[in-house]
Amino acid sequence: MTTEARKTHAIDISALNRPTEKSGKDKLETCIKVENLNLFYGSKQALHSVSMDMPRKKVTAYIGPSGCGKSTLLRCINRMNDLVDGVQIDGKILLNGEDIYDKSINVAALRRRVGMVFQKPNPFPKTIYENVAYGLRIQGINDRRVLDEIVEKSLRGAALWDEVKNRLNDNALGMSGGQQQRLVIARAIAIEPEVILLDEPASALDPISTLKIEELIDELKEKYTIVIVTHNMQQAARVSDYTAFMYMGELIEFGETSELFTNPAKKQTEDYITGRYG
Amino acid sequence: MIKDWFKSGSPWIWMTAGAVSINLLLVAGLLLLIAIRGLGHFWPADIVEYQYQDKSGASVIIGEQVAESLLPEAQAKAAGHEVPQGAEYLQQWLIKTGNRDILGSDFRWIQTQYVQQQSQPADLVAVERREWGNFYGRLLAVKEAGAVIAQGDQAWDVAQQKLARVLELHQQIEQLQDKEMGAINYDLERLRLKQKALELKQQWNDATAQEFAAQKAAYQKDYQTIQQQLTTLNQEIKRCSVTMAAAGGKEVNIPLTRIVKLTRPNSMSVFDKSIEYVTNFAAFVSEEPREANTEGGIFPAIFGTVMMVLLMAIVVTPFGVIAAVYLREYAKQGFLTRLIRIAVNNLAGVPSIVYGVFGLGFFVYILGGSIDKLFFPEAAPAPVFGTPGLLWASLTLALLTLPVVIVATEEGLSRIPKSIREGSLALGATKAETLWRTVLPMASPAIMTGLILAIARAAGEVAPLMLVGVVKLAPTLPLDGNFPYLHLDRKFMHLGFHIYDVGFQSPNVEAARPLVYATSLLLVMVIVGLNMFAIAIRNNLREKYRALEN
Repeated sequence: MTTEARKTHAIDISALNRPTEKSGKDKLETCIKVENLNLFYGSKQALHSVSMDMPRKKVTAYIGPSGCGKSTLLRCINRMNDLVDGVQIDGKILLNGEDIYDKSINVAALRRRVGMVFQKPNPFPKTIYENVAYGLRIQGINDRRVLDEIVEKSLRGAALWDEVKNRLNDNALGMSGGQQQRLVIARAIAIEPEVILLDEPASALDPISTLKIEELIDELKEKYTIVIVTHNMQQAARVSDYTAFMYMGELIEFGETSELFTNPAKKQTEDYITGRYG
Repeated sequence: MIKDWFKSGSPWIWMTAGAVSINLLLVAGLLLLIAIRGLGHFWPADIVEYQYQDKSGASVIIGEQVAESLLPEAQAKAAGHEVPQGAEYLQQWLIKTGNRDILGSDFRWIQTQYVQQQSQPADLVAVERREWGNFYGRLLAVKEAGAVIAQGDQAWDVAQQKLARVLELHQQIEQLQDKEMGAINYDLERLRLKQKALELKQQWNDATAQEFAAQKAAYQKDYQTIQQQLTTLNQEIKRCSVTMAAAGGKEVNIPLTRIVKLTRPNSMSVFDKSIEYVTNFAAFVSEEPREANTEGGIFPAIFGTVMMVLLMAIVVTPFGVIAAVYLREYAKQGFLTRLIRIAVNNLAGVPSIVYGVFGLGFFVYILGGSIDKLFFPEAAPAPVFGTPGLLWASLTLALLTLPVVIVATEEGLSRIPKSIREGSLALGATKAETLWRTVLPMASPAIMTGLILAIARAAGEVAPLMLVGVVKLAPTLPLDGNFPYLHLDRKFMHLGFHIYDVGFQSPNVEAARPLVYATSLLLVMVIVGLNMFAIAIRNNLREKYRALEN
């Protein structure tokens, strides 16, 4: 879809009644399977028995009002919630069949396979080159030529190469917000993860940067499984293939985006989508 | 009206601005006082000739006017002085007459009422000597091997010529004596210690004995050669001397080897004096002290201070940073960590002399003694590390400044935004990698701040150092050309201690006073220099690791 066409489509969700695109296979593979996940912050339960299957190389969006647990659920997938004190997790999350909460799992290795982009762009106070090469250096790749190649590939993949190719050694903090966020995405894809988690990636950006990020997501889903949390329903409708609607820590409905937005199964979902509550 | 003024906030502005101004004035005043008194010491002062007539008769006094005092009439009378009629004060001048070998003391108070005439003849000469302080008088003649070779007007140039040659020879002698002979002595000593070590291990036999004897013979032969060279040089250096006339006409013969400098301040222009000033200051910072630290330069003290501060910085930085990282990043925040923090903060309040006592007891005797027993048994009974020295002094001061570094580092670590850490962890880095590659570099300006504060504190502490390694006069520097080049077991000199020693322990208080100011000035300059260096590094790091704008 062209940029112009995408823009006009943005506001008219009913036009999303297009046939579901198959990825060439008849059966969709599940990349991430959440089974009966319960999460407690101390004594307060934040996630109630959440179960869902997220398909490979598709974009899954989590939508719902503030505080419904979307970000919490997202952060479970790469075990970032482990960093919070007093968190207790019950249930399973299977990444390609492996339970990531198993005792034998190396968390750092997991996070190399499941990358994350945060709401506010957080580039390191290093050069653009070093930001993208960070994940690679950690894995022990220090050969300049190899790094050059991968840095260029990642920056191209994040649609940032043309803008920064002449100033790779400039401080990353000198870029605009939209560029910084794309840099963070480049940084994430440099280590070739399987999954990319995006936690409201465009909420802190201006509309043009948002558009660029959304286009990027469309390109990225050809190589990576993407899960995106968004406050913006229209964005979810534009960008995702599957949507999960959450409310108060529970998964209310999960389905193909076109179905969920035009013909939601639950009344709660319909109320939210039509704006009866935010 | 007043109420309105109070409400408007003006009194607050006045108060805060006033406080800052007072602070600035105090600091500026302190620096100015030290600077003027200290720097004034190097300006070549004019020599005055006084025609003096008091109760004991007429006399001529030659010297530099150093100070003035006004005694109220009553006090003067009580002290036994005769006050002229109608005068309210008795004015006295302190004259540095020099010529301690003739007059018995360097300084003398004279009463202005008895001064008949004073002048500054251009031919008065100030002689800076290696012993007995300065000499003031007139140059009469230059002698070589007993015979007069120049007199009257020619004497001055010839004297300077000969003096330059003598100073050259002096340097050569110093080089031979201190450096080369010193090296041979050092090697001989090491040979002796090696021998003793082998004896203790029972590996001493005829073969090794022969080897050692051969080595020793070689060293001693070198020693002989140098000694011969020295004898020739010493003979040459003793040939020339100058005949001077002191105040009152007494003739004195001063060998040139005893002279450091000859100047005629009265006939020097301001430009000449400025050059002389710079030369004096340069000599002060680069030469060794003479005459129980009351004359000469303070280079060994500067060197010792800087050396010790650098060693301390090298020890305290990793120690403090690692401790802070553990306290903040790894330790579970609870009762124990709070206790540790309280203990660390209290360490900062312990009087520094207590650290000195601890350093002496633990570092010097226990640690040093054990090292001696384990590694240097052949040196017994002379202690190597079991005695105060550079290493223990640096460690003691590192302990003293540790709390400062820990607190500053912790502060820096807590300012790093969580987003950076999360970003790094989300890329598959472990906590240690995140700390090492991202967090610590971002905290480096704060670590530098801690280091700056540590340096400032350590460079100024004197009390603990007196117990753990500083001496009044050190024969050698801790860094020299003999293996292992950095001698951590040597005692050293320190500017702070030097000030104390010169100001309070010297035999000649009046002579020492200007030196106290000059040394204080230099201590302040050294600390400011070290601080500026560290601040420059910190600013550099700050620019590099500008944190995310919130």
